[in-house]
Amino acid sequence: MQNPYLPYPVRIDEIVTETEDKNLKTFKLVFLNPADEEKFYYKAGQFAELSVAGKGEIPIGIASSPTEKGYIMFTVNKVGLVTTHLHSMKEGDVIGIRGPLGNSYPWDILQGKNIVIIGGGFAFTTLRSSIVYMLDPVMRPKFKDIHVIYGARSPEMLLYRDELAGWENSSDINMHITVDATDDPDWKYNTGFVPTITEQKALPGNAETYAIICGPPIMIKFTQPVLDKLDYAHDHIIMSLEMRMKCGIGMCGRCNIGKEFVCKDGPVFTLAQLDKMPKEF
Amino acid sequence: MNLGYTMKVVRIDKKNWVGDIENLSRSYRLFGPVKDDNFHRFEELDKDKLPDLDYFNTRLSPKSIVYPQSETMFEYCLDERKKDHHVMKEASKDYSQRAVIGIRPCDAAAFLLVKRNFDTPECKDPYWVKAYEATTFVGLACNNPHSACFCTTAGCGPFHEDGLDILLIDAGNHYFAKIITSKGENLLKAAGWDTKVDAGKEIESMKQNAETGITSFIATNKLKDKITADLFDAPFWEDMAFACINCGTCTYACPTCWCFDIQDEVHGCSGTRMRNWDSCMYPLFTLHGSGYNPRNTGMQRVRQRFMHKLKYYVDKYDNGIQCVGCGRCVSLCPVNIDIRKICNTMNSYEK
Repeated sequence: MQNPYLPYPVRIDEIVTETEDKNLKTFKLVFLNPADEEKFYYKAGQFAELSVAGKGEIPIGIASSPTEKGYIMFTVNKVGLVTTHLHSMKEGDVIGIRGPLGNSYPWDILQGKNIVIIGGGFAFTTLRSSIVYMLDPVMRPKFKDIHVIYGARSPEMLLYRDELAGWENSSDINMHITVDATDDPDWKYNTGFVPTITEQKALPGNAETYAIICGPPIMIKFTQPVLDKLDYAHDHIIMSLEMRMKCGIGMCGRCNIGKEFVCKDGPVFTLAQLDKMPKEF
Repeated sequence: MNLGYTMKVVRIDKKNWVGDIENLSRSYRLFGPVKDDNFHRFEELDKDKLPDLDYFNTRLSPKSIVYPQSETMFEYCLDERKKDHHVMKEASKDYSQRAVIGIRPCDAAAFLLVKRNFDTPECKDPYWVKAYEATTFVGLACNNPHSACFCTTAGCGPFHEDGLDILLIDAGNHYFAKIITSKGENLLKAAGWDTKVDAGKEIESMKQNAETGITSFIATNKLKDKITADLFDAPFWEDMAFACINCGTCTYACPTCWCFDIQDEVHGCSGTRMRNWDSCMYPLFTLHGSGYNPRNTGMQRVRQRFMHKLKYYVDKYDNGIQCVGCGRCVSLCPVNIDIRKICNTMNSYEK
């Protein structure tokens, strides 16, 4: 019987400090046993439990794309016991990874459609995975227009800044980067909150267009009315939720919303699904 | 596996009981109820210790025999000079065959409800599943049910057989043992019980007598058709939860509560990853790293517990409620919150 709680051992290959406040670091992890990488077959939108021996585990969205081989990438915000310890670790250290866990964005349904990605703050990780996945030369022809609205408090708080600049220059994707405010006179992108930019830049809703939203609750709260105004059907609005988790496989009992477990039945739900669930998230 | 023929019944003379248990202890790790001050509890029986079958029920359920309150999952070494440091290794476990003697039918049936969580087509919890498979359940029918028992309307009963391998019925100077599964058949051989009798009628009449001793009931027939959001937003939760002090006694005593936590413990350079019972009654259970908590108030946590048992579980598995009517939470709640009342309120609620 396979033990679903046993993490694969991985080595921290590279650590990148993403943001000016140094609270977000990206960890590139390499499997100690190469055969484990094949077992860790994942899709964009899934998450994993990062395991730090002596501290515990944390559920984190996978930031790398399944099209990127040889490593798995996670961007981790420093908040609690495990993440704080992780931030103090160095390249070469050994941790564990358990997964992939949860469902993914519904890629079968999304093929052939316009995709509008709306992200805020550090919840951009699985959205980065999705963008890299869709921009893969083999995958790109399978999608119509791709729009990305991504906002952070200030330019220095945006994740993956080098990649964002590259995507800005690509004709395969329409980027709408925004910051709440900046005093940088050379800032050449948008200024304003994500819901406002969404109203200005997002494609109108129709059967051929899906929105994927990931961000802090306040951003989601104010973006949803905008999407309603733009005529997005609730089964065309896709969201990824966060909950405190332990097991990640639907057994330990804490991450439920009604009868659904966010770890196993989610973390990705359509707004139409969420409309039917108790408002306890 | 249920035996597909008319069930076999043997008679066990009580004067041979000590020797029979000794026989069993040669091939099984034995567990049974023992007296502990004013209460009974299940524990592993040392050599020469007998299960005390003169009891109503244990204060805590026997779920810990399969699902310990605290158990080691993994071990690891944090000394960087050692090979495989920081790599999790499976802890060694004893899954040799074990038998529980004298478990009440409701508590045995509870394992079947919990199995739906731990043993799924997609994923199996190896600790629970292996321990469960290693266990033979020898039940003790309830001739005199307790006033808080409501098993007959909770999908169970004082002579209920589902979840048991053998059902013992106390008939004075002897027990009848009804053999329910092939696991039970094996235990029968190990004990040397072979006096077959035809006691069907006698057992049936004792069963009916016991069932009439159950005097409290719940109604669950309408739960499935209720709209989840209606029950969730119902106005009665504030009242129901008002007295609750979120002590968690109900979840610890309950045979069907299975929630757990995973924690690392470190001593010097060696560490263990532990799995411990947890409770939805505690605010830390759902507290996010950000400080946000979707179940921040006591009312929300009480609502979660009862909605889980009486609505979410019903909808998820389409196999009844997540309760066997053992009555422990009713008897032990320090502020008299009563699942029977809450269940009936939910069942009859109209928006």
